[in-house]
Amino acid sequence: MEQKYSTIIDSIKVKHPDAIISAEQLYDIPCIHVNKEYMKALVMDLKNNFGFNFLTDLTVIHYPDNKGNELCGSYLFHNWVDNVRLRMKVFISTEDNHLPSLVGAYKAANWLEREAFDNFGIKYDEHPDLRRILNMDEMDYHPLLKQYALEDESRRDKDDTFFGR
Amino acid sequence: MGEIKKDMVEMKEAPEGYEGRGFFATKLDSVIGMARSNSLWPLPFATSCCGIEFMATASTNYDLARFGMERMSFSPRQADLLMVMGTIAKKMGPILKQVYDQMAEPKWVISVGACASSGGIFDTYSVLQGIDNVIPVDVYVPGCPPRPEQILEGVMKIQELAKSESLRRRNSDEYKRMLEGYNIEVSK
Repeated sequence: MEQKYSTIIDSIKVKHPDAIISAEQLYDIPCIHVNKEYMKALVMDLKNNFGFNFLTDLTVIHYPDNKGNELCGSYLFHNWVDNVRLRMKVFISTEDNHLPSLVGAYKAANWLEREAFDNFGIKYDEHPDLRRILNMDEMDYHPLLKQYALEDESRRDKDDTFFGR
Repeated sequence: MGEIKKDMVEMKEAPEGYEGRGFFATKLDSVIGMARSNSLWPLPFATSCCGIEFMATASTNYDLARFGMERMSFSPRQADLLMVMGTIAKKMGPILKQVYDQMAEPKWVISVGACASSGGIFDTYSVLQGIDNVIPVDVYVPGCPPRPEQILEGVMKIQELAKSESLRRRNSDEYKRMLEGYNIEVSK
């Protein structure tokens, strides 16, 4: 198994030397950290030539202290034939929060990218229908960004005297 | 066919009034109140686990039908009692309000469980912190989720309200002001 994973990482590295910034093995999943500019071509190749036919999940992580690379797009691919998974991460900044859309490669990316846009405000370029999917349309912020409070601001019953907050 | 055993059947007490041979006189309010309270048509608006408790309440062991509220109405047009059971997301708020709007007067609302009453444990950006931000509520049932007995008790409180409500209450200025406070259009 270990052998299989390192072979995959190595062959991706050889084929896309510019795209891969770093690669590591975390538990039983190989993880690659990629460059945004080359990401689209890499994903198409992963799908067509490396057998990663299934996009298991797509999400975003917010690291507010990671200056210049605050937002991390995280992707999980699955090769059903060889039963191999691959995690891909791409870091972007809050100011330039655009990522290429994967809808052209995986249909499943459509709603997942809408969800990531809804919660984190990431603009997926060339997404066919980028609008909110979970939160109400009137919402004027992206609630999972860490600068916004998780708790509802409209509660009036939170008196420190009673709750010891 | 056996005779109905009278002591096995609980008959509702007649309202206060004057009776003599062949006549009985009472207030119209009382008669209508009695009829309404024993034939409430509930509209179950169930979104989560409180709805499951309600299903237990409505089926054989607890049997809501014993109290004259047997007929669930799945159309708001024919319902008297809106039973909100479960977490209401902010996105669901306008829908809940529309359902309330579509019900005909007189109408009552019961808020079952912590989530519907106050947001419960879901003190978060996506959840409505109590349905009384959107529609007026008559009875709150505490619990997470409440037991079927508690839901029964809540509905029986609504029956008390229906029984003692004045026929003029829904036309009063106070009632209209209350609805306007929720931005609900007052029906003519």
